[in-house]
Amino acid sequence: MMTQVPRRPWTQRWHVKPIGWTVLMVGLLIASSRMTGVDVAMFFGNLGQFTELLVRMSQPAWDYLPVILNPLYETIQMAILGTTIGAVFAVPFAVLAASNLVHNRWLRGGIRLILDLVRTLPDLLLAAIFVAIFGIGSTAGVVTLAIFSFGMVSKLFYEVIETIDMGPLEAMESVGANPLVIIWYAVLPQILNQFVSYFLYTLEINVRASTVLGYLGAGGIGVFLQRSLNEFNYSQTAVIILATLVVVMVIDGISNHLRRVLL
Amino acid sequence: MEATPMISFKHVNKIYDNGTVGLKDINFDIPHGEFLVVVGLSGAGKSTLLRTINRMHEITSGEIRIEDEAISQYKGRSLRLLRRKIGMIFQNFNLVKRSSVAKNVLSGRVSYYPTWKSILGLFSADDRQKAVQSLHRVNLAEKLYARADELSGGQQQRVAIARTLMQDPKIILADEPIASLDPLTTKTVMDILKRLNREDGITVIVNLHSVALAREYADRIVGLRAGEVVYDEPIAKVTEANLNQVYQAG
Ligand SMILES: Nc1ncnc2c1ncn2[C@@H]1O[C@H](COP(=O)(O)OP(=O)(O)O)[C@@H](O)[C@H]1O
Ligand SMILES: [Mg+2]
Repeated sequence: MMTQVPRRPWTQRWHVKPIGWTVLMVGLLIASSRMTGVDVAMFFGNLGQFTELLVRMSQPAWDYLPVILNPLYETIQMAILGTTIGAVFAVPFAVLAASNLVHNRWLRGGIRLILDLVRTLPDLLLAAIFVAIFGIGSTAGVVTLAIFSFGMVSKLFYEVIETIDMGPLEAMESVGANPLVIIWYAVLPQILNQFVSYFLYTLEINVRASTVLGYLGAGGIGVFLQRSLNEFNYSQTAVIILATLVVVMVIDGISNHLRRVLL
Repeated sequence: MEATPMISFKHVNKIYDNGTVGLKDINFDIPHGEFLVVVGLSGAGKSTLLRTINRMHEITSGEIRIEDEAISQYKGRSLRLLRRKIGMIFQNFNLVKRSSVAKNVLSGRVSYYPTWKSILGLFSADDRQKAVQSLHRVNLAEKLYARADELSGGQQQRVAIARTLMQDPKIILADEPIASLDPLTTKTVMDILKRLNREDGITVIVNLHSVALAREYADRIVGLRAGEVVYDEPIAKVTEANLNQVYQAG
């Protein structure tokens, strides 16, 4: 007897879907560059200025390094503090936003709306606001990073929570545990590693982001970056960029290592 | 005068939100210390029946009494106290795989502690000793510090039983406890349940697929079909022929 292979429908045979999507995406890309007035020719025409900048930055003023060590240290502290505060606040919100833990659709929807709103606020806008409130300095930076991390981490966290095995929760419920104890015993151990991993990932992003925030007066290395650029002192700019690069790479390395160990 | 039963179903009906009939006019008593096995095809309502006893599922009408108390009004703390005296064993063990065996076993005790003590893990020395003893009773004392996911299926199920023992349960509900186990570990797990029933006088209710196992361990067999009790006999009166009618269509 011959085995009957079912015939592929024609949409699959001619790859209608993938081709359709590709055409659509390319079309959207072209249309949006038209509408926003992106000028590709100008980009290539001005490349010369860019190379000139690079040439001037290629002689880093190494004696400037001791000056920026402290602000660099402050930047790292800001990032750690901001990420930690954001992540701590994110945990309860993530729990309340997870559809497998909270069955009340209104509560969950409300929490998610808040989280969506927080994520919509650009970090630069937040920094500008908090510099206005707290004045120039790292407080504004920490608060900005905390809110930014909160928005990002809470979404990552609740998506992790939604993938957990619900069996242990059922078991803890049957034991007579209350909701808080159930979360502590049956949810947290299942997600802790991924939480730490996302925390480190956010920390990486925040170290980078905080250099830009400093630009607005929110403390840290960014203040010095802005100063050197304003003074056209590109050999100092080069030192700042290289030093920041080293810090980001070190943090990258540490967090990659920790993530590998944890997962 | 007859002794009051451990569990009593009185005209219990359960209809799921989507209209599926889970249980239909369930009406029987389970005496103290009985080893009851519930059999039936998949979808017959065995899990539903079990979960109404510790209120993991709500019933639509009728009444369930445990030690002569109606349980349907229990809320919050009284519900948790009800659940504390009813242990539950699951087909998939439901351990926290990343946690140690010790932590899994101790988690069976949390309902005896205020929340903050549970969260800080402040269990008394007596209860830590009790955890070791519980593991000892399922012959796994040497695994105290192992991570749950390092254990085989049969071992995990025994840890789950040890966790249940921490509750000092009067009732143990076991929902197809051996469905994911091989024949050898099946016997180990069933023997442990039988021993807890005989030695501690715990009322045990087990859902099983296997008629042979049911006949080997039960004091009494109840058969379900489409949410209805279609069979209810003490083991002395169970024969292969009359038990098979549970599995006949119609
Ligand atoms: N949450 C639910 N919602 C709707 N129907 C359900 C639900 N759980 C179980 N059922 C249905 O109720 C019936 C009994 O299920 P169950 O108690 O799990 O049977 P068993 O454990 O004997 O296999 C089945 O028809 C099943 O599809
Ligand atoms: Mg079932």
